[in-house]
Amino acid sequence: MSTNAQKKGFGATLWDFLTTVDHKKIAILYMIAGGFFFLVGGLEAMFIRIQLAVPNNDFVGAGLYNEILTMHGTTMIFLAAMPLLFGFMNAVMPLQIGARDVAFPFVNALGFWLFFFGGVFLNLSWFLGGAPDAGWTSYASLSLASEGHGVDFYLLGLQISGAGTLMGGINFLVTIINMRAPGMTYMRMPLFTWTTFVASALILFAFPALTVGIFLLMFDRLFGSNFFVTAAGGNTVIWEHLFWIFGHPEVYILVLPAFGIFSEIIPVFSRKRLFGYSSMVFATVLIGFLGFMVWAHHMFTVGLGPIANAIFAVATMAIAVPTGIKIFNWLFTMWGGSIKFTTPMHYAVAFIPTFLLGGVTGVMLAAAAADYQYHDTYFVVAHFHYVIVGGVVFAVLAGTQFYWPKMFGTMLNEALGKITFWLFFIGFHLTFFIQHFLGLWGMPRRVFTFIEGQGFETANLVSTIGAFFMAVATVVLLINIIITSIKNEKVGNDPWGDGRTLEWAIPSPPPFYNFKQLPLVRGLDPLWIEKMEGKKGMTPAEPLGDIHMPNNSFTPFVISFGLFVAAFGAMYRLDYNWGLPVLILGMAITFGSMFYRSVKDDHGFHIHKEELTDDNDKGVKA
Amino acid sequence: MKKLAKWRLFSLITLMALILSGCGKPYLSTLQPAGEVAKSQFDLMVLSTLIMVGVIIIVTIIFLIVLFRFKRKDESIPKQVEGSHKLEIIWTVIPILLLLVLAVPTVLETFKLADVSAMDKKDEEGNTEALVINVRANLYWWEFEYPNEKIVTSQELVVPTDQKVYFNLKSSDVKHSFWIPAVGGKMDTNTDNINKFWLEFDSKGAEAAGELFYGKCAELCGPSHALMDFKVRALPSDDFDQWVATMQGIEEPVQADTAKAQEGQEIFNNSCIVCHAVTPANTTPEAARQAPNLTNFGDRAYVAGILENNEDNIKKWLTDPETVKPANKMTDTYGDLTPEQIDALAAYLSGLKVQK
Ligand code: HEC
Ligand SMILES: [Cu+2]
Repeated sequence: MSTNAQKKGFGATLWDFLTTVDHKKIAILYMIAGGFFFLVGGLEAMFIRIQLAVPNNDFVGAGLYNEILTMHGTTMIFLAAMPLLFGFMNAVMPLQIGARDVAFPFVNALGFWLFFFGGVFLNLSWFLGGAPDAGWTSYASLSLASEGHGVDFYLLGLQISGAGTLMGGINFLVTIINMRAPGMTYMRMPLFTWTTFVASALILFAFPALTVGIFLLMFDRLFGSNFFVTAAGGNTVIWEHLFWIFGHPEVYILVLPAFGIFSEIIPVFSRKRLFGYSSMVFATVLIGFLGFMVWAHHMFTVGLGPIANAIFAVATMAIAVPTGIKIFNWLFTMWGGSIKFTTPMHYAVAFIPTFLLGGVTGVMLAAAAADYQYHDTYFVVAHFHYVIVGGVVFAVLAGTQFYWPKMFGTMLNEALGKITFWLFFIGFHLTFFIQHFLGLWGMPRRVFTFIEGQGFETANLVSTIGAFFMAVATVVLLINIIITSIKNEKVGNDPWGDGRTLEWAIPSPPPFYNFKQLPLVRGLDPLWIEKMEGKKGMTPAEPLGDIHMPNNSFTPFVISFGLFVAAFGAMYRLDYNWGLPVLILGMAITFGSMFYRSVKDDHGFHIHKEELTDDNDKGVKA
Repeated sequence: MKKLAKWRLFSLITLMALILSGCGKPYLSTLQPAGEVAKSQFDLMVLSTLIMVGVIIIVTIIFLIVLFRFKRKDESIPKQVEGSHKLEIIWTVIPILLLLVLAVPTVLETFKLADVSAMDKKDEEGNTEALVINVRANLYWWEFEYPNEKIVTSQELVVPTDQKVYFNLKSSDVKHSFWIPAVGGKMDTNTDNINKFWLEFDSKGAEAAGELFYGKCAELCGPSHALMDFKVRALPSDDFDQWVATMQGIEEPVQADTAKAQEGQEIFNNSCIVCHAVTPANTTPEAARQAPNLTNFGDRAYVAGILENNEDNIKKWLTDPETVKPANKMTDTYGDLTPEQIDALAAYLSGLKVQK
């Protein structure tokens, strides 16, 4: 009810966002927070590349460099890529399946605030004695030896934000299973919804492994246990297993939604339905499944023995098959189509060869015996940036341009968008292609410098120059966002003109209840079907009736804040007397507010039929 | 005519130079394999690259056709195609076949490189017939123990060429990874267990590399991870035997010969000997071997694995090791030294040679 587009004071808007349970606003929160952390992680990347521009550089020192490289990886994966994708999932998925919100709006808000406070906690380490410095993998022997509280920030921060991610994943699963509009069968779901579904299932199974790992490591560091202390009978290789049992599926948690975004963009701008829809779905599920069978390919040099290495090598190669299926399906979606090269389509087209390169180096890395050479070198750095930047970041940039009108009701500038694209695309390949060779020439990864005369100079300089292109591209994107927001030229339901799925059947931005009447879905690409039959919009599946909506709530914020406070207590418990009381206080805040939520009845509210007819007119005007 | 031939030769040479520079340094690059292990890994790389280039070419052709042929020209709606079973089967089956071509040699090589059965064949005294070296990784230096020969050296691994050398790998603090790129892939030195593998150092490759291969730590281990380099001196097997014999001959610390060096030796015996040994015997327990063994320090090509070995650099290291290798374990452990003392120590240290 507070959601109407009337002008509101800043305070009211802020309060609205702090208490919102609307998936579209939570999406915006994810985008803002994820975007901010993306800039932070990008800045860290620039420090890394400046330091490595020339040999024996002392732009940042050895210890600080390790903090930067750790925070770059951790921030980009957990605090930028995941939340940005969660932003798109929140913004788009419920609309795609014709739902009025996610299954648990309150939990959705809670998930966001947990992620947010975890991320803030982790980044406060910069100001409170130093950031973690054991790499985003935080291998146990090194992370246990790491002095100060850096690694504790990592362990506590990721536990808090990880809980949020897990909740988000479960919420999406339930939403997709239970809240599809009439006629929206599984095999009519858009690919982005499918990939959200599979990625959420991966979150459900993968995150607990990470949680267990960091929980045990936290006990080793803060409460005197010995799970990973070799001298006391612990074992550090177990950490590596736990981490990668999470870590490898994490790659697919990131890249499947990216595949999903491209699988939406390509059909729209080719004006052609996705080629081989069922095999795309099958490939998505298969990738998700195989994703759990291959974690030890990150550990080929640990000494697991030839049997384990051989099995994991072959399993890893197998993943190339479903991925290949996808690449060809995208190509053949465009084949015979009528391709319009908008900015999102630029990214989608560039994604195919870029990701292909990341994929083929993946197969090369899977050859265990050869991986003994690639492992922990710049070859690997190049490979995963091709996959994660070429896949995920391209998808995020494409999705931003593509869904911006649906989220904010106005289009990002296309010309500036293309400038961003070209700068980013050129910069990306300039930065990372040559790193394959650096690795093959013998340059290990995670080095704060390299010594003159080993043949690494030119390639590193080239790489650094490329990074600046990407930085400029990001600045152009920010300018684009600012200009667009100021102009704020409103657009209609289907601003790209060729929308195929349900989200393009409702106003941009959608009213807070999304669908006045739930739509009747008659096949894959439901809006396209109606359009081809000459209709303007969807046929409703129900008569106009009252809509039940949840109330806003400040409780998710407070629950998360309590854990944020408790984390400080847990960390400083051994250093200061106030540690333990603060730990207890934080826990009390969290459990108290959970208790409050449990006993207080909140029935939500109803929007009445009559108001809806009103609102509809407003929606069209807006 | 002649001019043309000259030009051809010239361009051929530049081309070769380009290709060679694209292969990195012979002492460091995985693309210039100098041993059986690196060679079989290189072959696997080439095989996988060839297969993958094939895939890339096919995709690129389709990609380019799509980009140029199907650009939007009018507002007509293209035919909506559901899919094609035939095509989908093709691009499922062909990749599977290609992967099999890669998977078979991968599995074979993986088993071949893990074959360390020779390490179990022992004579009555418990010595192996094969040459075995125990590698111990430490923040940020390497120790190499020859259990059969009963000697220890550090920072510069000495090995015979053209025979299999077996390694036991472990770490004494945090996890590191032992890697000699030109000779073979890496293996981790764990804190939990001993890893075993083998390498073979090619005499021709060693020649190209100036007999000195570069080795690196490949696992993030702390601030100076980037500087945890070591070197490998690959000698013909006679020379290697000679080296072992000379090392074994040193039972007592060698007396320095000049006055200045003697002065240095005295300081060394007061301040440094607690950590650094100058005899090669492996009789001291591991835990007491807290620093690189310096018996043959003067023969090493590098100080601390990274600075060219000359008196200036030795002085640089002794004056302030922290600037050379941040967070190393020697800084602030040996009291203050005057410049004269440092001169004397440098004179002594550079005289610690076993090879003439
Ligand atoms: C606490 C033990 C300790 C003491 C005492 C100590 N060092 Fe060291 N030293 C080390 C360690 C550890 C290294 C390896 C540093 C590295 O590379 O990370 C080292 C390295 C060296 C190296 C380089 C070795 C090589 O093979 O490249 C030299 C030379 C050296 N020390 C000389 C000295 C001298 C001279 C003294 C006495 C004034 C001394 N050290 C005292 C621990 C010690
Ligand atoms: Cu190391």
